[in-house]
Amino acid sequence: MNNFLASDYLIEITYLLATALFILSLKWLSSPTTARRGVFAGEIGMFLAIVGTLLHHGIVEYKWILIALVLGSIIGVPLGKVAMTAVPQRTALSHAFGALCVTLVGTAEFYLRAPDVPPFMMAVLSMEVILGSLTFTGSLMAAGKLQEVLPQRPITYKGQNLVNLGSLGVAVVIAGFLVAHPDKTHLFPLIIAIPLAFGVMMIIPIGGADMPTVISLLNSYAGLSAAAMGFVINSKLLIVAGALDGASGFILSVNMSKAMNRSFTNVLFGAFGQAQAATAGAVEARPVRSATPEEAAGILAAANKVVIVPGYGMAVAQAQHKVRELYDSLTKKGVEVRFGIHPVAGRMPGHMNVLLAEADIPYDKLLDMDEINGDFPQTDVALIIGANDVTNPAARTDASSPIYGMPILDVDKARTVMVIKRSMGAGFAGIENPLYFMDQTLMLFGDAKSFVGNIVRELSGNSHGA
Amino acid sequence: MKLDLVTSLYVFMLAAFIGFEVIRRVSPLLHTPLMSLTNALDAIAVVGAIILAGEYHAHGGTMAKILGTIAIVAATSNIVGGFLITDRMLRMFKASGPRKP
Repeated sequence: MNNFLASDYLIEITYLLATALFILSLKWLSSPTTARRGVFAGEIGMFLAIVGTLLHHGIVEYKWILIALVLGSIIGVPLGKVAMTAVPQRTALSHAFGALCVTLVGTAEFYLRAPDVPPFMMAVLSMEVILGSLTFTGSLMAAGKLQEVLPQRPITYKGQNLVNLGSLGVAVVIAGFLVAHPDKTHLFPLIIAIPLAFGVMMIIPIGGADMPTVISLLNSYAGLSAAAMGFVINSKLLIVAGALDGASGFILSVNMSKAMNRSFTNVLFGAFGQAQAATAGAVEARPVRSATPEEAAGILAAANKVVIVPGYGMAVAQAQHKVRELYDSLTKKGVEVRFGIHPVAGRMPGHMNVLLAEADIPYDKLLDMDEINGDFPQTDVALIIGANDVTNPAARTDASSPIYGMPILDVDKARTVMVIKRSMGAGFAGIENPLYFMDQTLMLFGDAKSFVGNIVRELSGNSHGA
Repeated sequence: MKLDLVTSLYVFMLAAFIGFEVIRRVSPLLHTPLMSLTNALDAIAVVGAIILAGEYHAHGGTMAKILGTIAIVAATSNIVGGFLITDRMLRMFKASGPRKP
């Protein structure tokens, strides 16, 4: 700080402005009416900070920087244009890229400084590369599972948690040793290699339905590793951005684990997918009532209030645009249609809202579980499309159920419940859903997209007849 | 140097509190755009990568240049892709009022 040039002050001011703009960016994201302004603020902040950095007098060569900036932009554009159903894997991939950047910079900083690395510096450097490298491989694995290039089925073996946590523990011990003896540079690759392996092992036991929690957790790790990098290169801007990202990922992880009724420690130690219950035992053939599209259309047309509960099955069947048509034709008939969305619907937090917004359903009709649950007793029809466990009343009533205590959408309180489902198969956790056997429940067997399409056709046919 | 690290700790703590307060207010409706936006902002790590790749280093210069360049590519793709997709998503969120007669 002794020979501070005028340009240095200018650079610091761009960083300060960028920091303020980043905070405003997230503040404006709180409501859909101001959210796009938030993105704009973030873009301006980013632009200022990059221009400011390029003015840095210590930079002697620009060729590679500019090539890299252009190349990164070329890769970034298609990543910004993926389909909305592919947003979860895109997000996982971007966590991997962020973590890669942080890990590479951390590695370079170590070898440039070694062997004279002060203890505190070595500690944050270790944190940076450990979190960075486990987030890198973990996110790549998550992206692979979401993209279905890797098997989605969770793979578990005895002592898995012990092996995973043990290996991470070894990496932390080595990092601790390096803090005391930073000249032992040959140990440094280990605190990258072990977390890289840990990242892979961490995701192996995780199935598709746990992805919202995992993505949030990796988001948090990515943020924390960036904040650690901020300490290493002494950039307050990066510390703030990393802390904001870390906080965001943390909040989302806690939300998701609550919505799945997992304790937060359960989530932190990566013990997802362990709750698979062996309740597949005696499934008695109980009678269910089923209905045709014609009957379903009649009931929906006669209703005043309808709540549609979409699950990931709806997105898999690509039924959201048909659901929009259903929404339109019911709204035209004066039926109030709203959507009840469980926090873990979809493959990442908020995913279902994006899919429905893409299908042009107004966002004020998309209601969170807490907002809609009180309205079910006044609801004429609850129509469930591709959701199962999040509507299972056993979570409220049956203490022996593996999902007991999980917050659910109280669809069973509606006057009529209709469930579009391929067959009577159980949900991802293999748990039977008593909802299907209730007196007011009608099962609509078939593919979500074609069934909803048939209902829409019946509804428009009726309107012509009348 | 020591003092700087302490200042950094304060900055981190305050930013974490601001983060919690600001992000708690984000509606669950927008949690996916929230994640893609924080991801783009996080890629401000590009600043460190630029300095690493561009500065003169007495030894290890080639290593710093190679790692720094790859790091810039990775971070820039997050910046561009992250802002693009966040804005694309947010453009889809429309209120029901004035849209249709």
